[in-house]
Amino acid sequence: MSAADLLTVPPSREPSRTSALTRVVIYGLLGFFAVIYILPLLVMVMTSLKPLDEVTGGNMFALPRAPSLDAWAKAWGTTCVGLTCEGIKGYFWNSIKMVVPAVLISTTLGALNGYVLTKWRFSGHRLIFGVMLFACFIPFQSVLIPMATILGKLGQWGNFFTDTIGWSLGLGNPTVNLVIVHTVYGLGFTTLFFRNYYEAFPTELVKAAQIDGAGFFQIFWRILLPNSTPIFVVTVIYQFTNIWNDFLFGATFAAGDQMPMTVALNNVVNTSTGIIEYNVNMAAAIIAAAPTLFVYVVAGRYFVRGLMAGAVKG
Amino acid sequence: MAFLEIEGLRKRFGATEILKGIDLSLDKGGFLVLVGPSGCGKSTLLNTIAGLESISSGDIRVDGETINDLHPSKRDIAMVFQSYALYPNMTVAQNIAFAMEMRGVPKPEREKAVADVAKTLQIEHLLARRPGQLSGGQRQRVAMGRALVRQPRVFLFDEPLSNLDAKLRVDMRIEIKRLHQSTGTTIVYVTHDQIEAMTLATRIAVLKDGELQQVGTPSEIYNTPANLFVADFMGSPSMNFIEAKVARANGTPSIVIERSSAPTIALAVPKSADRSRLVDGSKVILGIRPEAVTDTESADRNSANLSKFDSPVEIVEPAGSDTFVVTRLAGKIITARMRAETAVTPGQSFTFALNLDKAVLFDPVTTKRI
Repeated sequence: MSAADLLTVPPSREPSRTSALTRVVIYGLLGFFAVIYILPLLVMVMTSLKPLDEVTGGNMFALPRAPSLDAWAKAWGTTCVGLTCEGIKGYFWNSIKMVVPAVLISTTLGALNGYVLTKWRFSGHRLIFGVMLFACFIPFQSVLIPMATILGKLGQWGNFFTDTIGWSLGLGNPTVNLVIVHTVYGLGFTTLFFRNYYEAFPTELVKAAQIDGAGFFQIFWRILLPNSTPIFVVTVIYQFTNIWNDFLFGATFAAGDQMPMTVALNNVVNTSTGIIEYNVNMAAAIIAAAPTLFVYVVAGRYFVRGLMAGAVKG
Repeated sequence: MAFLEIEGLRKRFGATEILKGIDLSLDKGGFLVLVGPSGCGKSTLLNTIAGLESISSGDIRVDGETINDLHPSKRDIAMVFQSYALYPNMTVAQNIAFAMEMRGVPKPEREKAVADVAKTLQIEHLLARRPGQLSGGQRQRVAMGRALVRQPRVFLFDEPLSNLDAKLRVDMRIEIKRLHQSTGTTIVYVTHDQIEAMTLATRIAVLKDGELQQVGTPSEIYNTPANLFVADFMGSPSMNFIEAKVARANGTPSIVIERSSAPTIALAVPKSADRSRLVDGSKVILGIRPEAVTDTESADRNSANLSKFDSPVEIVEPAGSDTFVVTRLAGKIITARMRAETAVTPGQSFTFALNLDKAVLFDPVTTKRI
């Protein structure tokens, strides 16, 4: 250490009363808000574990005296959704079948858009990007009717194919419709995410790959995508949460046994058989929320890891 | 016929012209260095050779074949980028083999080629690592390995050493020179560092504002610069420029430096100057390198034209191997290069020797050499 360094070293800080007090306040507030946030979930879990008489007769915050998973089993397998009483399991799988392709397709297309908009620029690329950004600001409600018209047309094509080749190609199927709707609606966001990420991605890598003889898609698959883990995870979390939690599109474009989990949950709660089974409703609600929680917990870890890898890459 | 030929090359971005008609040629096995200040178009020129940027007009030929419109991968060139541009998701071995993989070279062949190159560059122990785990110098080697493995017709280097620290830069410079000598490849190299240009090149092209200022061997560029810009840009410390006048005594022209508070200095006309172009009484700029301004003892005894003058010393800069002495002549700062042990103190009057064999004259209006 040189003399100059010695002169500029700050005096060691002594622990003071004020900093201790500040800490108490900070942790106190954080703890308070954590409790506020966890309380609804806690009540849901406790209620779902109680038998019905304990729910109706007791205190909401009381611990279950005889905890059981009966309400969970009923919610999953036998509770009534509208007129059918086969639980929510079918609708849970409906949602999975809708959300997985919709997330993957919209994310991949968004990545491809981002790649083209940053590394294969064409005249007017700014305008195109601006228009795509516009998609992020369009309210759900305003696209319902045009979307219904288009889906109706697709359904006609589906009928045509069924008549001619015996298979509708999936056109007109409510789940396929929802995948299409969510892909289209999510494209603006996924494009925005990937474009901004690839904007900072070194163009020299793309040039090097071009000289090395890699083509458009080879560069995308071999160079761009493997180095996009952080933004990929962010986009997947965002899209998964949005699509899984969507109610409006689900309620509008899918009916009957094809409806997604969110719509089914609404119907479980609204189906009246005399008594309101709070414990079953709570269990169903937790099941409905579980996948997004799962994605946050699992992918969030990769997200942090991806950020760290980028930081030391240099 | 030269191996690499560039003829009338122009590049426009909208209304602005980046390259204004470049003519260059390089023999097989030559080492061409493009040098110039930032924004002079040297990197753009390299990118047009690589095919990463299109050209507005002109011709680029390699071995007689016009490659103007060929895709970069079809030009049989390899490029080392300033940032190395190693693929972060692949190991060193995969990085080096990527181009061959894209060309469908069978795996055993690829592995053999990678092993050979790794041996040449002494990076065998790094093959399984990823670029993120390498130091700057190691990344530099891998980047060169990736270019070498393809055995291309022309190598392009885009300021490859500018991200390294000073010591490593010198090491890698020697490494590149050794590589060039042992493999005899044709290289085009872009740098803004004039020392790299001098040490590596067989030919130097100096660019400014998209125009070629001079093309020649390092010694031509250094000793007989075509204009003031080239003279000022090449060499460190840079060349001294002194305003002077042409005078004639007994029929022989001479160069006169007028000083306000000291006797006028009359000098012989440097050998490099074209005497027929010297007009009596006209102004000229005398350019002389610091190593041609010395103390009287260490002046070159073989020189035909030594001139002495006395001037007060302003600043003394000991640099270890040499001592630079700064004085003032006709209002201009003059740097002299002396032996390290020369005894000089600021403020003293000192006798300087000018070796006019190494001097050049410039026209102050056109800035061209006379």
